[in-house]
Amino acid sequence: MQRRGRIAYPYTVWMVIFIVVPLFLILFYSFTEGDIHNIKDLRFSLNGYKKVLEPIYLKVIGDSFLLAGISTLICLIIGYPVAMIIANTDAKYRNLLLTLFIVPIWMNFLLRTYAWMSLLSPNGFLNRVLMWLGLPKLEIMPGKGAVLLGMVYNFLPFMILPIYTVLSKIDKSVIEAAHDLGGNNVVTFMRIILPLSVPGIVSGITMVFLPAVSTFVISGLLGGGKAPLIGDLIEQQFLSSRNWHFGSALSIILMIMILISMAIMSRIDKSEPEEERRKI
Amino acid sequence: MSKPLIELRNLTKRYNNTTAVDGINLTIKENEFVTLLGPSGCGKTTTLRMIGGFEDPDEGEILFEGKLLNNVPAYKRNVNTVFQRYALFTHMNVYENVAFGLRVKKIPNSEIDRRVKKMLKMVDLEGFENRNVDSLSGGQQQRVAIARALVNEPKVLLLDEPLGALDLKLRKEMQIELLDMQRSLGITFIYVTHDQEEALTMSDTVVVMNKGVIQQVGTPEDIYNEPINRFVAGFIGESNIIEGVMLEDYKVSFDGMVFDCVDKGFAPNEPVDIVIRPEDIRIVVNPEEGMIKGRVTSVVFKGVHYEMIIESDTREYLVQRTKMFPEGSIVGMNVQPADIQVMKRGSTPCNEEEG
Repeated sequence: MQRRGRIAYPYTVWMVIFIVVPLFLILFYSFTEGDIHNIKDLRFSLNGYKKVLEPIYLKVIGDSFLLAGISTLICLIIGYPVAMIIANTDAKYRNLLLTLFIVPIWMNFLLRTYAWMSLLSPNGFLNRVLMWLGLPKLEIMPGKGAVLLGMVYNFLPFMILPIYTVLSKIDKSVIEAAHDLGGNNVVTFMRIILPLSVPGIVSGITMVFLPAVSTFVISGLLGGGKAPLIGDLIEQQFLSSRNWHFGSALSIILMIMILISMAIMSRIDKSEPEEERRKI
Repeated sequence: MSKPLIELRNLTKRYNNTTAVDGINLTIKENEFVTLLGPSGCGKTTTLRMIGGFEDPDEGEILFEGKLLNNVPAYKRNVNTVFQRYALFTHMNVYENVAFGLRVKKIPNSEIDRRVKKMLKMVDLEGFENRNVDSLSGGQQQRVAIARALVNEPKVLLLDEPLGALDLKLRKEMQIELLDMQRSLGITFIYVTHDQEEALTMSDTVVVMNKGVIQQVGTPEDIYNEPINRFVAGFIGESNIIEGVMLEDYKVSFDGMVFDCVDKGFAPNEPVDIVIRPEDIRIVVNPEEGMIKGRVTSVVFKGVHYEMIIESDTREYLVQRTKMFPEGSIVGMNVQPADIQVMKRGSTPCNEEEG
């Protein structure tokens, strides 16, 4: 045991250098003000946090959670049936189908978002097709609609995968038993399949919501500054506005809110008996 | 007994190129305990699943009380199933598992409560209402599965190797309990198993299947004492299967000797298969007093009897006797005419080889 424990040392060092120290630095900056390059000039202050409470920034935080929430919901509405279809597909074609939905994540995230930019831009592919068909132009980019689209597109596989995994593990005879006992397809879905797939839904929501709420690439590229999200705001504070204290405070607030959401999600998961553990 | 409840007519099921069930005909009566018996892959489970509504037949008809059942979905059939691995709802407790079928049918809560409690009492699971099904032992899960099916008061209960996962002692206990339930509730049981002893113990009627074809239908006694062919004789119990020739009615010849028997109706000199059960061969100490002479080559103690292999000039006989004859001794063997079971050769489209 002792010797095996030593193997973890490099990992511990890695964690301290790249996770713990930066976290404390962020925490430190969030509670101070002054010239960041001059340690002597730094003094305790809550101004970073006070600034977060200004209505304009509260709106950004609210927008971020709203957009992330909507995109998570859309992913769930699209992803669940897709996961069900894949899970019910003949084993021969199942992997092919699954790969089709996963292939996009093999490509670089930025590249995919740029691709959407050129598709959606005012003179982009989509609008040229619409013009050619004699239809009015679609002006969703830059704007919230395009950001939403980008989020759903980018994060959909992360909703499908965990739900698919859970659904494909449900013993077919359990579903047959529900039919056998008089449950039609709707009843069987609502009372058996849906409750048994809650763990997949919970991890799907977590895996979509978390990156969606903190993204700045999608909103930056597709929102064009029209719909800044908390991620954009943080990026701005560190790279252009140079207000590290405000940026740090925003980061801490975002982190706390994410931790709270995760706690809520894991509670929902635990309130269900852990069918995952059961091996058949 | 009573009137027919389920009729299978020319029922056939194919998977890709293999025929799992090949045109079977069977009538199941009310209150009957019918066992479908056969090796794995013989089509017994597929037949059961077609009755339950989980597989669609490719050909043929299933009649239930005279009405065609083929296109009735599983959830509308007055039939319930106990699945091989129980298939309990792991996100519900014992009570809700049993209540599921009644809740779906929108039965008032008070009646659900009454029926669930009564059923749990019957399967000896009182006080387990709020337990998670995962926390139960295999035998208890089995009881929940049975209660969950029987609470719906079906006309027919389908059981797919329900005792397969239990240990021997528990299996014997459950066999008796299931029989008691079947008798007291007056429900038709269709029971699938590969265990010939289980089939003989429990059934009113045994249906022996092989390669998707019914080999023989009969009472356990019929099946054991008068197997219709080599496959049934070999599958049910241990036996000596010998090739011979039916000379005339009541006279059969094998190993160069002529024996009296009780069978008739064969063509003169028709080649036949003969079954002699190991317990039906009597041994006499003086070899000259026996019809067949042989030397004991192996003796194994089996508890209730000794199992001996006795080698004659032409073959080895498997013999079970309570009295032991030492290895190497020369003995005589006698068989009563009634214990010689003569079977038509190749009377059904089956072949003997099969795992």
